[in-house]
Amino acid sequence: MPLDQHNVLSVKNLTIDLPRNADRKHAVRDVSFDVAPGEVVCLVGESGSGKSVIAFSVMGLLAKALNVSAGSIELEGEHLVDVTEDRLRELRCTRMGMIFQEPMTALNPVMRCGDQIDEVLQEHTKLSSDQRRQKVLDMIEQVHLPDPQRMYSSYPHQLSGGQRQRIMIAMALILEPVLLIADEPTTALDVTTQAQILHLIRELQSEKQTGVLFITHDFGVVAELGDRVAVLKQGELVEFGTTRQVLSAPQHPYTQMLISSVPRHEPPDRKPLAHDAPVVLRTEKLKKQYFSFSLGKRRNVVDAAVDISVEIRKGETLGVVGESGSGKSTVARCITWLIESTDGKIYLSGDNIAQLNSKELRKLRRKVQIIFQDPYRSLNPRRTVGQSIIEGPMNYGESKADAIQHARELMELVQLNPDGLDRYPHQFSGGQRQRVCIARALAMRPELLVADEAVSALDVSVQAQVLTLLEEIRDRMQLAMLFITHDLRVAAQVCDTVAVMSKGRVVEYGSAKEMFQNPQHEYTKALFEAAPGRDFVFGGNPNSM
Amino acid sequence: MWPYLLKRILATIPVVLVVMVIVFLMLRLTPGDPAANIAGDAATSEDIAELRVKLGLEEPLPVQFAIYAKNLLKGDFGESFYYKRPVMSMVADGIEPTLSLALFTIVIACLIAVPLGTLAAFKQGSWVDRLIMAFSVIGFSVPVFVIGYVLIYFLAVKLEWFPVQGYQRIGDGVAGWAYRLILPATALSVIFIALIARMTRTSVLEVLNEDYIRTARAKGLPQSKVLLKHALRNAAVPIVTVIGIAIAILISGVVVTESVFVIPGLGLLTLDAIQGRDYPTVQALILLFSLVYIIVNLLIDVAYTLLDPRIRY
Repeated sequence: MPLDQHNVLSVKNLTIDLPRNADRKHAVRDVSFDVAPGEVVCLVGESGSGKSVIAFSVMGLLAKALNVSAGSIELEGEHLVDVTEDRLRELRCTRMGMIFQEPMTALNPVMRCGDQIDEVLQEHTKLSSDQRRQKVLDMIEQVHLPDPQRMYSSYPHQLSGGQRQRIMIAMALILEPVLLIADEPTTALDVTTQAQILHLIRELQSEKQTGVLFITHDFGVVAELGDRVAVLKQGELVEFGTTRQVLSAPQHPYTQMLISSVPRHEPPDRKPLAHDAPVVLRTEKLKKQYFSFSLGKRRNVVDAAVDISVEIRKGETLGVVGESGSGKSTVARCITWLIESTDGKIYLSGDNIAQLNSKELRKLRRKVQIIFQDPYRSLNPRRTVGQSIIEGPMNYGESKADAIQHARELMELVQLNPDGLDRYPHQFSGGQRQRVCIARALAMRPELLVADEAVSALDVSVQAQVLTLLEEIRDRMQLAMLFITHDLRVAAQVCDTVAVMSKGRVVEYGSAKEMFQNPQHEYTKALFEAAPGRDFVFGGNPNSM
Repeated sequence: MWPYLLKRILATIPVVLVVMVIVFLMLRLTPGDPAANIAGDAATSEDIAELRVKLGLEEPLPVQFAIYAKNLLKGDFGESFYYKRPVMSMVADGIEPTLSLALFTIVIACLIAVPLGTLAAFKQGSWVDRLIMAFSVIGFSVPVFVIGYVLIYFLAVKLEWFPVQGYQRIGDGVAGWAYRLILPATALSVIFIALIARMTRTSVLEVLNEDYIRTARAKGLPQSKVLLKHALRNAAVPIVTVIGIAIAILISGVVVTESVFVIPGLGLLTLDAIQGRDYPTVQALILLFSLVYIIVNLLIDVAYTLLDPRIRY
């Protein structure tokens, strides 16, 4: 362990108070850790654990409602807690840089990317404008962006998510700060892009011996990148040690629970389906195109989904896996008839529903129900969850008393208290809300349940619970399930068959077990390669690595 | 962009047509006879009937409309029933004062409202914010004519800093023109200051919560740059929309101010024309006002593309 004065960052007994009416007293309590030069320290925890609060307190960017009540933060020995705002400004980007979770929103949409990087130089250096431009172009090249001149004059919306995050990294590192704070920088990115960005951060920080404080909820990323890892639970540090120690032999029960919740990369053995299980959903060359028109003429055709032919039988889960823009949600939306397909057939229990009119369709709607990604936005905040659950069945003629009785049973099925029906969505946690959404879908007594990234927004421990619940329900009610996800680990856990999508097409389709053991298509292989920490044996014996 | 502009300009044709029909019908279906108005109290019913024939009011409505439309195509707006002058030249005379007043007002409103709104957003919840918002509520609530008379009473009658009323053409000296416009423009601008300041505050507040503002702060930029360079431009689209609407309302809504300050603009002309049932003049004015709306809306949409590179047509 390096001596204190050599540390880039040292946080001692840091306590940050929450506003008085919050659900707990401290956002962060008595947390101590340090970051040495050239070292990557990961701060891991679930949502609400205080990991981002710590990052912002180092940068001096805490929300006004929060304030540091005890402890110290030192950047190369300089105290940051009581320092003036002007001094903090001088330190930002020169001694400590920061990158954020959402590269889509973290850049100013109305300024050219080059100018946004240049602003850092304008503020903190006395370079001439030619020198600055050259330095910015060099930096753009260092983060491996193609065609620096073009990148310089591009607006953020003209770049992809990965490219934007590279611009952010260029901005944060252009003045070679000693500390880089990365707040979930790859969470919003696709897995292949994530792998590239993690690689880039590794490359730049080891070259310049930058200390990195890396905040994440993903143990795969920790395994990939971290030298040491600090685990936070509700604002308190429960474990701090080398990555190998913590991930292979976690000491604290909370860390053990978190690590055991990480879905395994290998599909578990599943009992095979009955041979005569009826086909619930079959698509034949399903196609969805988007057109853009200009002066009445068809200008552009985008193939969102092409030649999708899949089937799901009763009691089976089909996983559709792919990166953003691969067309997986388009497929889900066509099948649930939230959007109209352009061509092809969709058979639901034998009936082709692709070309029905809205009246005929209405009768079939209840057979297919969907659960969306974000439980915070998919429930109407002004209606009680009971009202949300019974609305569908009552639309189909069920009496209110029956619908409520059924809703109470469903609440028990999803392991919530039936008395919660009278409460509003904001009174539930994220995981509970997703359970409500599941109950709402089930209230329609569907034959096919579509889960569109239904566990992606949840913390890993909650995710594990919801996945188990979904599987129990599928078996008990003998549902067919279409499971859309970008997360290979999740797909491995719950799917019988998997369809891998890329650029609107299914590139590989087959049993989950076989595919995970022996992927055939290049793209599938690339996806599997990119999954962070896939070779790491979580919770196993550290010597076995 | 150009095809879009062309499309928008072509789209104004049906709008203008609809306005033409509606105004034409509304004037003739509402009570009041221009002939009786012109002929005066002493006229006999024979006089009035004769006058109606002379003004072409005895023709069937479709025929009247056809004549009106035909003349309009030739660029002829007809002759005022009242003043016996071509409507075109009367409108031309009134445009300068009205446009001057409107532009003066909007410039004053923007110069005051945008900084006030930004300040209120930045100091959200403080006494500065509350003061500005309280002012904006008052600005909304007090009618223009009250503000006008209060300003005249104190600044013109008591302190004698400004003339009580009147207008000087820009051709007769810019200084005098501006000097005489200050009072009416200030009176008229109060409600727009309230409106624009409110919109600016809301819009800037929303932007201040955005991630890129945090990024700007993480770069070590001073507060002023964060506000002016990053926040205000991103907040501009809704602000510009309100300013555009304000311009449109202003040009067609100067009637009251012009009568309080006796400015010989379109507002006074409209008032006279409506009272006198001067059909050709009213028709021409309303057509003009609707064109102003259309043009201002088009300009707003073009301004969007300049402010936000993501908006392209």
